[in-house]
Amino acid sequence: MTFDWLLLAEVSLAGLGTGGLYALTALAFVIIYKATRVVNLAIGEILMLGAYAFFGFTATLALPWWAAALGALAVAGVFGAVTERLVIRPMLGESPIAVFMVTVGLGSILVGLVEILWTADPRRLPEFMPATPVFIGEAFLAPKIAYGFLVAAAVITVFMVLFRTWRGGVALRATAGDRAAAYSVGINVPGVFSLAWVIACVVAAGAGILVGAIGGISSTMGVFGLSVLVVVIVGGLDSVPGALVGGLLIGLIEALAGFYLGGEYKLLATFSLLVAVLMVRPYGLFGTREIERL
Amino acid sequence: MPIPAQTAAAPPPVLEVTNIEVVFKKTVQVLRGLSLTVPRGCIVALLGSNGAGKSTTLKAVSNLLGLENGAISAGTIRFDGRPVAGLPPHELVRAGLFHVMEGRRIFEDLSVEENLVAATYARTGRAGSAAGRFDLVYEYFPNLHERRSVRAGYLSGGEQQMLAIGRALVAEPSLILLDEPSLGLSPRLVEEIFAIIARINAEQGTSMLLVEQNAALAFAVASYGYIMETGRIVIDGPVERLARDRDVREFYLGLGGAGGEHRSYRDVKHYKRRKRWLS
Ligand SMILES: Nc1ncnc2c1ncn2[C@@H]1O[C@H](COP(=O)(O)OP(=O)(O)O)[C@@H](O)[C@H]1O
Ligand SMILES: [Mg+2]
Repeated sequence: MTFDWLLLAEVSLAGLGTGGLYALTALAFVIIYKATRVVNLAIGEILMLGAYAFFGFTATLALPWWAAALGALAVAGVFGAVTERLVIRPMLGESPIAVFMVTVGLGSILVGLVEILWTADPRRLPEFMPATPVFIGEAFLAPKIAYGFLVAAAVITVFMVLFRTWRGGVALRATAGDRAAAYSVGINVPGVFSLAWVIACVVAAGAGILVGAIGGISSTMGVFGLSVLVVVIVGGLDSVPGALVGGLLIGLIEALAGFYLGGEYKLLATFSLLVAVLMVRPYGLFGTREIERL
Repeated sequence: MPIPAQTAAAPPPVLEVTNIEVVFKKTVQVLRGLSLTVPRGCIVALLGSNGAGKSTTLKAVSNLLGLENGAISAGTIRFDGRPVAGLPPHELVRAGLFHVMEGRRIFEDLSVEENLVAATYARTGRAGSAAGRFDLVYEYFPNLHERRSVRAGYLSGGEQQMLAIGRALVAEPSLILLDEPSLGLSPRLVEEIFAIIARINAEQGTSMLLVEQNAALAFAVASYGYIMETGRIVIDGPVERLARDRDVREFYLGLGGAGGEHRSYRDVKHYKRRKRWLS
């Protein structure tokens, strides 16, 4: 019996496809961490919020998918602004652990809200992506995963360009580098915090729509955030390139371990990688050295 | 230059600090009734040894104390005649009060030019183009123009200080608080930077409150000086008079007295004597 290379390629491609969504969500996490130093454990639930808002706009209000998507992103943006202003900003100066626990609570509240509004039953999002099979060489890739990956890659590219060229990107990076110095050159630092939360929540909600389109939605889909947490710890909490590389890496490893060893090995494989990376580079593959670990 | 007598018609001094007290973490008192004035268009020096409270004074003025859990517990600060209490730091900067912090505090991950772009936020709500200000920065500091796309973290200490002052130039403030611009720089570079500080004051009309440990340097560019110890002003006057003062010559200019071997010991004695006078 010979090894099926084509199958390996297909499994790997599917893994990288999921990895693109990990990278996108990790980007959302990193934006908040970089700008505000808040470890946002609710990122998976914010992703869920985006998916359910999309579901609500399509299924309940019967909007076309693009309008529902815009609506869901808007809901997430408002959620980000309100949360930052009312929950996170008053905690400024408190211990990082306290803020971190608040985000855990925030996640639970979101799960509760979703279950009240839509029950805990899993649901399917309406089909909005092309269903024609995608082949890369000879390898088949599920179209939803392929298109999900493409959208994630496009969004990430837009952000990378914006960070470099837009003046707001400079303000964000300056605030991330030195908060007092950012104030001292006239940057509205609380405004940057707010902006970071809005952008991150919109990005996470977008990822949620894609994740939901691929695998359906349920009130437990926030566990996606657990893999994302592994991604940012491996990549470095404050590193955008780390989020991208870490996302693809974790997606790949999960897919390979899940397929060749069995689903129960997915977590084992990713957490082994996590431990190995932390032992060699405690600040993550691309992270900044000084950052304290939680 | 003596401080002009204030009449009803005269514009208020650009900065007026009256009897401020500063407390960190609600427990550690660092400033104990400090007052000083910066007349418009002047360079005023604030001198004192390490730990006297010079940087704390500047942070009190620029409202940056909150970030370090510090607060002004008494006294008032007026910038352009208006009390600054409660104004967020970025709005104070936009109103024309720019703080060049100790240790330069440039954005290391940003390029030189991006550091200047960051400083354009200080111009929010103001007329005039930022591009013209960039040209001005590069005119004062041609080095920075050459290295404008370099990551600022890779600049030498001197270039970083130039960039820190350059960001202030972009902001076009009416008052610059300058905290130890000579820190860690070679004498040649210090001379160069102080020459430019004097030029900026003369050519742009920018008022400055200059913090230094090196009194001789500060006296070369300032017109008036304050000397502080443990949170209070102990001597002040026009620099010509301070430069003639026996105590100042001995303890801050390192002149007079017998040799330098026992200076640190005498500094301590001096410090204790002052403390007795004041308590
Ligand atoms: N954030 C802070 N918290 C507590 N104490 C502080 C803080 N910043 C400064 N201090 C104390 O205030 C005193 C004056 O500090 P500083 O203003 O930095 O002095 P200088 O600039 O004159 O060297 C020092 O004794 C220092 O330990
Ligand atoms: Mg100091």
